Amino acid sequence: MSAYSALDAVGLAQETARGKRSASENIEAAFDAVKALDSELNVFLNTNLESARALARVLDAAPAETRGPLHGVPIALKANMCVEGFESNCASRILAGYHAPYTATFVRRLVDAGAIPIGMTNMDEFAMGSSCENSAFGPSKNPWDETRTAGGSSSGSAVAVAAGITPIALGSDTGGSVRQPAALTGIVGFKPTYGRVSRYGLIAFGSSLDQVSPFARSVRDVELVTHLMSGTDSNDATCLDEPRMNCEICDLKGLRIGVPKEYFGGGLQHDVRARSEEALALFEQLGAVIVPVSLPHSEHAIAVYYVVATAEASSNLARFEGVRFGRRVDGDGSLQGMFAATREAGFGPEVKRRILLGTYVLSAGYYDAWYGRALKVRTLLRRDFEAAFESCDVIVGPTSPEPAFALGSKKDDPVAMYLSDVLTVPVNLAGLPAASVPCGFVDVLGRALPVGLQIIGPHRADARVLSVARAFEEATSFAAARAPRFFHGARS
Amino acid sequence: MSAAHDPKPIRQAGALVASIAKLARLAVTAEEARSIEPQFASILKQFEGLELLDLTGVEPLVSLSGADTVLRADEPEPSSSADQMLANAPERVEDFYCVPKTVGGDE
Repeated sequence: MSAYSALDAVGLAQETARGKRSASENIEAAFDAVKALDSELNVFLNTNLESARALARVLDAAPAETRGPLHGVPIALKANMCVEGFESNCASRILAGYHAPYTATFVRRLVDAGAIPIGMTNMDEFAMGSSCENSAFGPSKNPWDETRTAGGSSSGSAVAVAAGITPIALGSDTGGSVRQPAALTGIVGFKPTYGRVSRYGLIAFGSSLDQVSPFARSVRDVELVTHLMSGTDSNDATCLDEPRMNCEICDLKGLRIGVPKEYFGGGLQHDVRARSEEALALFEQLGAVIVPVSLPHSEHAIAVYYVVATAEASSNLARFEGVRFGRRVDGDGSLQGMFAATREAGFGPEVKRRILLGTYVLSAGYYDAWYGRALKVRTLLRRDFEAAFESCDVIVGPTSPEPAFALGSKKDDPVAMYLSDVLTVPVNLAGLPAASVPCGFVDVLGRALPVGLQIIGPHRADARVLSVARAFEEATSFAAARAPRFFHGARS
Repeated sequence: MSAAHDPKPIRQAGALVASIAKLARLAVTAEEARSIEPQFASILKQFEGLELLDLTGVEPLVSLSGADTVLRADEPEPSSSADQMLANAPERVEDFYCVPKTVGGDE
């Protein structure tokens, strides 16, 4: 029997289904890891050992023929996901104590396949941020260097996987919130095509951008999890009406890899550029053809994103007013006073900033100038991708312009923080699938920090993206690297 | 957005944020409004490039789903009970959410 944290989800499920280990043993191993690491890395906002043990016992008693592809695999879930038995507080004080009365479709599908939720992970409040410093409960720490960010907003889920606490975890990717933390913690993250996975049970931030997205330490794991979660859902009308995703076999020989010059511009850190170029050279060695492409409106993506996302957020977050759930502050005793006092006390600074910005761009006199204009530029951004994909099969570039930055270094500069997302937001605006896979390391002050490579596909070509990601993974050893001090079992 | 295009120029530090905060049902103190406003200005400055694009004839991208929107059959299905839905309410009376009184007069 292999050590718990040495296996990916597919391997762990196979060993468990065959009786080499039990689901109950997996849960104890996962909680040993929580006990060893959580106080240092700040991964979970809440866990539920009792429910995990109960589910594991049920799975251990299940007949062999009923055991699913994730049989007995512990999973960590971002705290903006609705799961019965857990507190889904979005790392916000306004939702303190909130227990959803139902379980999200995507979680139910994974549980039906044998996965066992163990806890809800830390995140930027309401998924607004790129470093976890907007969490009301303090930031998660990067296992490769605990003084640095693990990225965001799905920070705790990335760390749970990168530190070996669970083999798989779920995040949500609205502007890069899974790909960027995956890149910064040295693991695999995959954002499916918009609509591939039902959003029913995901607490909304930017409804036209949000997509539930998995983290794992292997490409085959994110492939399996995406496959199991995908498919239509009568509770989400934006869900794609097509069969569950199945991966195609990918031959890199002759594969046309588009390289956008805009993704290799001046803001890219020198060593990140070097790792990305080395990855492209490897693809060429493996038979792929490099095709220069252009995404000319990329420079406007951050502006469009922060207009659209904040507009949608200001609308979505209007529901948090102290009436139906969460915290209430009475204020001056009037209804309007109660709304305002509740929201003032419950939301953190970045969420307030984005609600104000979103309210502004939607307000009378400004709507056409900001929101209407941004939606038109969004069309141009999508057309850029459509034009590029006429001459290439996938687009490849860096995921993040820099490796993990020091906690505190951007906290008071919202614009600098927003620019962390410059390479990931165009994908969400166009609704495309994209993966981040480990592509090497950079040395920063004597610490090795991971770098991620982003692979972007055309609309609905999720399987192609994952096939290319798997080919890259098989040709390299980066995905096998583990954080030396904070990977469970690494310390004696 | 440049001042020339701004239909409602800012007259007083914090005034813009204070007026938006009212729309957003956020209680923001004058001091907070003054501290947020410079951040707000620097964020909006990043957006200025959008003004320079010629968008004649470009349709807004309103929905990524477009014609793919899938509606379920319009048939009643079992749903959560009132108790389940009200379990998170800060205050309830019987099967109702309770809020401060909004109409005048005595009970």
